[in-house]
Amino acid sequence: MGRKLLLEKAAVEGIRSYEVYRREGGYLSVEKALKNMTPDQVTDEVKKSGLRGRGGAGFPTGLKWSFIAKPEGIPRHLVCNADESEPGTFKDRYLMEFLPHLLIEGLIVSSYALGSNTTYVYIRGEYAWILEILEQAIAEAKNNGWLGKNILGSGFDCEIYMHRGAGAYICGEETALIESLEGKRGNPRIKPPFPAVKGAWDRPTVVNNVETLAAIVPIINMGAEEYAKIGVGKSTGTKLISACGNINKPGVYEIDMTISVEEFIYGEEYCGGIPGGKRLKACIPGGSSVPILPANLLLKTAKGETRIMNYESLSDGGFAKGSMMGSGGFIVFDEDQCVVRHTLTLARFYHHESCGQCSPCREGTGWMEKILKNIEYGKGKHSDIDLLWDIQRKIEGNTICPLGDAAAWPVAAAIRHFRDEFEWHVNNPVECQQHNYGLAHYADALEPA
Amino acid sequence: MAEEQKKLFKVTIDNITIEVEPGTSILNAARKIGGDIVPPAMCYYTRLKGSGGKCRTCLVEVAAGSTADPRPMPKLVASCRTNVMDGMVVKNITSDKVIDARNGIVEFLLINHPLDCPICDQAGECHLQDLSYEHGLEGTRYEFPRRIFEKHDLGPYIQLHMTRCILCFRCVYVADQLTEKREHGILDRGDHSEIATYIKKSLDHDFIGNVIDVCPVGALTDRTFRFKNRVWFTKPVDAHRECNNPKCCGKVTLWYRGEEVFRVTARKDQWGEVDDWICNECRFEKKLTSDWVIEGPTMVNRHSVIAQGHYVGVEKPQEVLYDVLDGRKPRLFMDIHKISEVNEPGRDLSKIEGPAHSTDFVEHKNK
Repeated sequence: MGRKLLLEKAAVEGIRSYEVYRREGGYLSVEKALKNMTPDQVTDEVKKSGLRGRGGAGFPTGLKWSFIAKPEGIPRHLVCNADESEPGTFKDRYLMEFLPHLLIEGLIVSSYALGSNTTYVYIRGEYAWILEILEQAIAEAKNNGWLGKNILGSGFDCEIYMHRGAGAYICGEETALIESLEGKRGNPRIKPPFPAVKGAWDRPTVVNNVETLAAIVPIINMGAEEYAKIGVGKSTGTKLISACGNINKPGVYEIDMTISVEEFIYGEEYCGGIPGGKRLKACIPGGSSVPILPANLLLKTAKGETRIMNYESLSDGGFAKGSMMGSGGFIVFDEDQCVVRHTLTLARFYHHESCGQCSPCREGTGWMEKILKNIEYGKGKHSDIDLLWDIQRKIEGNTICPLGDAAAWPVAAAIRHFRDEFEWHVNNPVECQQHNYGLAHYADALEPA
Repeated sequence: MAEEQKKLFKVTIDNITIEVEPGTSILNAARKIGGDIVPPAMCYYTRLKGSGGKCRTCLVEVAAGSTADPRPMPKLVASCRTNVMDGMVVKNITSDKVIDARNGIVEFLLINHPLDCPICDQAGECHLQDLSYEHGLEGTRYEFPRRIFEKHDLGPYIQLHMTRCILCFRCVYVADQLTEKREHGILDRGDHSEIATYIKKSLDHDFIGNVIDVCPVGALTDRTFRFKNRVWFTKPVDAHRECNNPKCCGKVTLWYRGEEVFRVTARKDQWGEVDDWICNECRFEKKLTSDWVIEGPTMVNRHSVIAQGHYVGVEKPQEVLYDVLDGRKPRLFMDIHKISEVNEPGRDLSKIEGPAHSTDFVEHKNK
């Protein structure tokens, strides 16, 4: 089993409380950073660690921090994006629920690096109980002098406020999140200006994912060089993967990005294989918006190399023959799952969550859902498949925010890899209601159990 | 520093280079050139701060970001919200990618649009109509019921027909920026979102009538003009009056048919944007010629249907095709003089007495 950095202490009894967390070595990174380092040193340390944003896009965090504008006299803000709403992703929930103080600790160090005296945590509306856990943790941290004025005598002030969303997926997009935080309708803004220049209340703002901010703690504690040694190439450190679907042991796993996809699915330490001895059909490796991959492309890349659970290997082959690490929502499909039905489910989700601001996404997502519904219920035509392809092509890249892309990619990948299954649905309108298409040629390379 | 700020940016749009001030958007730079290379804009409105970027019809390709950084931009960008850089190279009508994306967006805008132009008051001056004429498909590929909303009367003057709305957000910006408190906005989200007032409250504010002018489609119409006339039968005339309202400019266009003023609108420029806002009193209550000082006929673009029957005051559209083609002329595939047996270049028709007749040619042939 790989090294654990974030979830190392997750199993400790009572880790949610401040006393236990502190006893187990909590808040040491705050002491280290505020007493011995300047904010720029912290940023450099994060840069050196090679940490990449854990929210989905994988943008280097240190680089993002260095972009923040620092005009005189204007406050800056750090906003923690805890609006985790991607279907299949639940890693932040686990982290916040069981290790609330780890996030607070990461937030304090990051706020120090960015010079943010007022830091916000924008939490998903449905995570109501986690809001209470975090608010209690913030109160405990404040009572013990980790928040407030002049922390540890360093002259640095920091307050953390919780802000609860109202249940919109789009508010996970950073500019929509900022709009929502300001109390407006959660519509993404048009970039530029980027939030690092003009964010919340037109002040420079950095928005980071929960896991990214939590990962700051081990980076400061162990040093950037030590952290960068974990993992391969540009995928440094550890990554939380929330595995679900047809696997024996769904849950949140911390991996060090060196293990293969095959080991992750079948290894006893991780997902523990597919129940009932069924065979692997497909998998979405990084949350619902990344392209689905059939088994033959999932375990080995198009070049025949073993696919590793990291940023580079999962995206090897581009979208034609690869996928993305995304936010780490690992969804596994066995041979009994219907790809058309699954694509319809996702299309319905994106249709429901489109904010309606720009036309391709507003109109296109609903159209795709309706066509997929027809195909799934045996009323489809062959031309519908080409039409779907054309619609997704015209949405992708033409929208304000990445939700349009996120809606287009799953449909594109499903048609690209499983076109025969769509055609079978059109050709067999009655049969497709009774049973599934099965495996066909994209069966996994492994022997059936 | 002051001199540096004065430095103009050189930007090339579809092979035509122009110098503009820093901070100009690509769309406004293209509008300075004029003609066919101007991207269509359904949601951008110069006078409304923060508008634009939503409809995506003005997408253009940036082939080179600037002289300093000549990399192309990876995605198509909204020209109304992207500022020019020095040395930027933009492709609009010369880019297949742009035309393809724009065709797609027009199709998206039309799938939930009722296309009830024959009974819509906006027909003839509708931006969506122009756009679909240029970029739309001949038939729809959408086979599902369109979204439908009830019509709402927003007060005595304005009717909202949400079914026709393309959600450009212009009217929301008008209410936000012209009135003290905004009473309407967007409810819901996605393709079922709608422009609405809070529990069908009527809109009453001196300047709220301007939402009719900014609406690019027939979603917000003038109740005093509904079904009274078609715009191409009316004759626009520029006029002004001394308005008591200090914020109102009092400069309008009167739309006559015969002796009667059918409606009053603010004056619009060639891009369909108003020059200045007018108040409700000027718009809805002053419908007599005696209320106004007439200035003369409004200039109408020759391509507009409103220009039908106009012989004066017609603007000739600007021709930019030669420049776009880099000085090359469009090649004629067929020269009618060479292949036609009737039209003989060798015969000088001016020498024939009286009007030319087909027999003139027959005789010539027989000789």
